[in-house]
Amino acid sequence: MLHQVLFFFFAAVCVAGALNLLFQRHPINSALSLIVVMGSLAVLYLLLGAEFVAAIQVIVYAGAIMVLFIFVIMLLNAGEEEHAGGSRVAAVLGYPAVALLVGLAAWSVVRSSGSAGLKLGGFVGSTEGIGYLLFRGFLLPFEVTSVLILIAIMGAVVLARKED
Amino acid sequence: MPDTWFTFVAITVAKSAILLGVLLGIVAYTVWLERKVVGHIQNRWGPTRVGPFGLLQPLADGVKLLLKEDIGLSGVDRPLYILAPILALGLALTSISVIPIGESFTVRGVPVQMQIADVNIALLVLLGVTSIGVYGIALAGWSSNSKYSLLGALRACAQMVSYELSLGLSLVGVLILTGSLSLRAIVNHQGEWPWQWNIIAGGQAVAFFIYLAAAFAETNRIPFDLPEGETELVAGYHTEYSSMKFAMFFMAEYTNMVTVACVATTVFLGGWHGPVFGPAPLQAVLPLFWFLLKVLFFLFLYIWVRGTLPRFRYDQLMAFGWKVLLPLAIANVLITSFVVAVGT
Repeated sequence: MLHQVLFFFFAAVCVAGALNLLFQRHPINSALSLIVVMGSLAVLYLLLGAEFVAAIQVIVYAGAIMVLFIFVIMLLNAGEEEHAGGSRVAAVLGYPAVALLVGLAAWSVVRSSGSAGLKLGGFVGSTEGIGYLLFRGFLLPFEVTSVLILIAIMGAVVLARKED
Repeated sequence: MPDTWFTFVAITVAKSAILLGVLLGIVAYTVWLERKVVGHIQNRWGPTRVGPFGLLQPLADGVKLLLKEDIGLSGVDRPLYILAPILALGLALTSISVIPIGESFTVRGVPVQMQIADVNIALLVLLGVTSIGVYGIALAGWSSNSKYSLLGALRACAQMVSYELSLGLSLVGVLILTGSLSLRAIVNHQGEWPWQWNIIAGGQAVAFFIYLAAAFAETNRIPFDLPEGETELVAGYHTEYSSMKFAMFFMAEYTNMVTVACVATTVFLGGWHGPVFGPAPLQAVLPLFWFLLKVLFFLFLYIWVRGTLPRFRYDQLMAFGWKVLLPLAIANVLITSFVVAVGT
């Protein structure tokens, strides 16, 4: 019961934050809305029993990455954005695409509702379990991803370096 | 069922209220201690007028700050300007909830833990709350619409993101030794004598130093107090704040100091463990006494360093964080895991 209440509350907060992100004119308000979205996603992970993922979501996304977003916005001293009228392509392709996505999501939820799907608090995503998965089952993809990130960092350094 | 629910909620609320009261009391008297100790270091007396030894000074300060005029500024982004101190203090107070301060005991058949929430990812919760805590400072600096505040906030962001890495990595060695993220498990892993604590028995002395340095930076204390460096930035991120809003930042900083001291005590210095002897009532009180004594030692260390060291230059700060602390922390993780792997 409590799980359901919390789930719907934080799901609503998440969606509201995402909408607010789009409708705010000032970049810093949008960035703060994104932090709210990240935070409520972390609570949803927690409700699923994935406590480690929830903590990492807060530390990495809400903590580190969004701080850098805010940092850049503050550094650039970005002002209010002007809303453009919207392009014709977006109007023609955007609304059908959104309708299609929502329809697909709804269909997949309805189709799997009878079977034993995910249950709130139903499975345990312990730190140990995730450690085993990352360093046993998915060792190669995990390490390859880290090399990929290293390449991205090196690229940024090369691009930002001053010419002698 | 409803009965146990009620007891659980009642006990938790009572514990939170007591801990909050004690914490704010400690915060108030840390300020007093700081003024006294720094005063003596500088060959002054510190506060002496209000009460014996100036002991009522924190109360007088509190009343003064409450009654001061809250200057309303016209250029600020008002919602964020108000949100920032609330965020800073709220998060600082939240993080104390996962710290265990003693063994559990039972009251009328109901187990009571000396901790508000015994979660098994306590250390990650702490790091998460710390990483969110940056926003209080960042938003304060940005929403004030003042160049000094903004510069202070930018410095705070860069500094806290940089030192968070070393802070997190310095704790990994202990986590490898314990095999758990729960602070209670970490304390129980250590023995009651000083040579059984993680700092010696676990060989985590280097990690302890890294943690200490990173924690000083995370709490914006001298020698890492560039975000509020008063000689160059007026008061840094809280330049434009007055009255109780300023006091909230002040309290947040001291609460963070207490939290950092509690974590260092729990992780490296054996938590509430210490020699326990004597009759039963004394045995019950001694663990709490050891815990408070260790926390007090850290608070004193903070003040001592403040009275002794000058402030870093900004490039020195970054070089120290990235070129000294981070490699040391990574080396510590490698060596600790190697020793544990060979030992098992």
